[in-house]
Amino acid sequence: MLTAEPFYQIAACVLIVIAAQIAVRREQSRRLGTAAFWLLLGISFGVGTHVPPQVVGWMVTGMIALAAAGQVVGLGKQPDRTAEREISARKLGNRLLYPTLAIPVIIVVGGVVFKFAKIGGQPLVAANQATHVALGLAALIAWGMAVRITRARPMMAFEEGGRLLQDISWAVILPQMLAALGGIFAAAGVGDVIASAVEATIPTKYPIVAVIAYCGGMTLFTVIMGNAFAAFPVITLGIGLPFIVEQHGGNAAFMAALGMLSGYCGTLVTPMAANFNLVPAILLELEDRNAVIKAQLPFALALWVFNVAVMAACVYWI
Amino acid sequence: MSAGDLLKLVGIVLIVVGFGLRLNTLLVVFVAGMVTGLVSGISWNELMALVGKLFVDNRFMTLPVVLLVPVIGILEYYGLQEHAASMIRKAAAATAGRIFLLYQVVREATSTVALHIGGHASMIRPLIVPMAEGAARLRIGRPLPKALRDKLRGHAAAAENWGNFFADDIVVAVGPVLLMKGVLDAAGHPVSVWALGLSGVPTAFAAIGIGWWRYRALDREIERAHEEGDKDADS
Repeated sequence: MLTAEPFYQIAACVLIVIAAQIAVRREQSRRLGTAAFWLLLGISFGVGTHVPPQVVGWMVTGMIALAAAGQVVGLGKQPDRTAEREISARKLGNRLLYPTLAIPVIIVVGGVVFKFAKIGGQPLVAANQATHVALGLAALIAWGMAVRITRARPMMAFEEGGRLLQDISWAVILPQMLAALGGIFAAAGVGDVIASAVEATIPTKYPIVAVIAYCGGMTLFTVIMGNAFAAFPVITLGIGLPFIVEQHGGNAAFMAALGMLSGYCGTLVTPMAANFNLVPAILLELEDRNAVIKAQLPFALALWVFNVAVMAACVYWI
Repeated sequence: MSAGDLLKLVGIVLIVVGFGLRLNTLLVVFVAGMVTGLVSGISWNELMALVGKLFVDNRFMTLPVVLLVPVIGILEYYGLQEHAASMIRKAAAATAGRIFLLYQVVREATSTVALHIGGHASMIRPLIVPMAEGAARLRIGRPLPKALRDKLRGHAAAAENWGNFFADDIVVAVGPVLLMKGVLDAAGHPVSVWALGLSGVPTAFAAIGIGWWRYRALDREIERAHEEGDKDADS
């Protein structure tokens, strides 16, 4: 039976090669810290299931210490290659899109095939990992296509992929850390405390009130923190799951998706989300730093109402 | 509520304060988790084991990013962004609002498959703003009044955010859908990525509809500036 494990090993190799490249790059600032971060992440991918969880816990602590100490940095200023890229774009044209189109096709087809494919009565792919396996295959096939179409050197995948990863930098493990935070909150019973506080103040016995409280909580928390991803575990464990799912029997996936999208409406109207709202105002030379937020406010309100209405109408029926 | 219960909320306070002070996000999240665990009577060693286990359980959130950056990296080196820009330029629409709508639709469509072409620095400033300002200037026959120019640019930045946020991960899940799955699975409510992705479809279309409404309002304002300009010329 095929599992996602080999793809984690491949990802580990990619990360370790990238770490090695950083370690020998002379012009890289904070060279050792940056290389160590990517190496630790690679090792956690490669051996994560084979070592005691405490060991991974300490590796995570090390990655966060490096990031917090400012030792994990990007590549810095790169030479401008716009003209070169434009020439190549004209030469390759739509062929550049083929690998990117192949990815969703393979994932959708693979997802369906793996669900039903059996070999000797055994499922070909572990049911709960079919999407990860399909994605891994899609990425590798697209990788091959991209190399063939562009005739890139094999190492370029690591050089350019590493450049993109270094742009994302330590934020790449933020989703994993937020999920871990959600897990710790669940183990500590934080959700129960919020739930009992909400129950005491808001009449959640009405299903529609539960929906409004959840969407409103997601939006409010996102406005305060500037980040819907961080609001998600807190509000979902505290309001969404106890009231919408457990008390009123709502659909967890539908609730979560619409709740997250309500959180994004909060992202559109908060200066705390500086990357999305303030940086572009500066970039576009707007005197009013809140000009982007003002343009987004009517949109955010309308879409928030839409999300709440759709969730209220459907979450208890599907 | 007992004092011990209230103490468990200290992690949330730490997150709010830490984010407010713009401290390193990872550090804030980590400290909030550790402090919450410790005040709830979980030992440091147990917490390390819990963090390690949750980190490994949720590797699937980072897997797509790591496996897809080599592909995207190669394609970008050979001009993927430039090719997308030339496609948008060729399909150029007549008004500023329609250019933004076209951009938002393309941005949404590509982000359903986890492909993030665009960005404020790479697309909006160098391509979309000049195109939209060009269209508006042509329409009103003189340089844009400053207030209108700023409003147009505000909407240009908004088009990127709307296109970026509201169709994310529908077909190919790499980001928020995987986070949602991780949190719900860990809380004992397992869900599939497909159910999460497809639940976002109505909102993706609503975002286009509401975007159309906002862009049309902008176009009308440009149209009014055009008419006022004519009146000024007559008097």
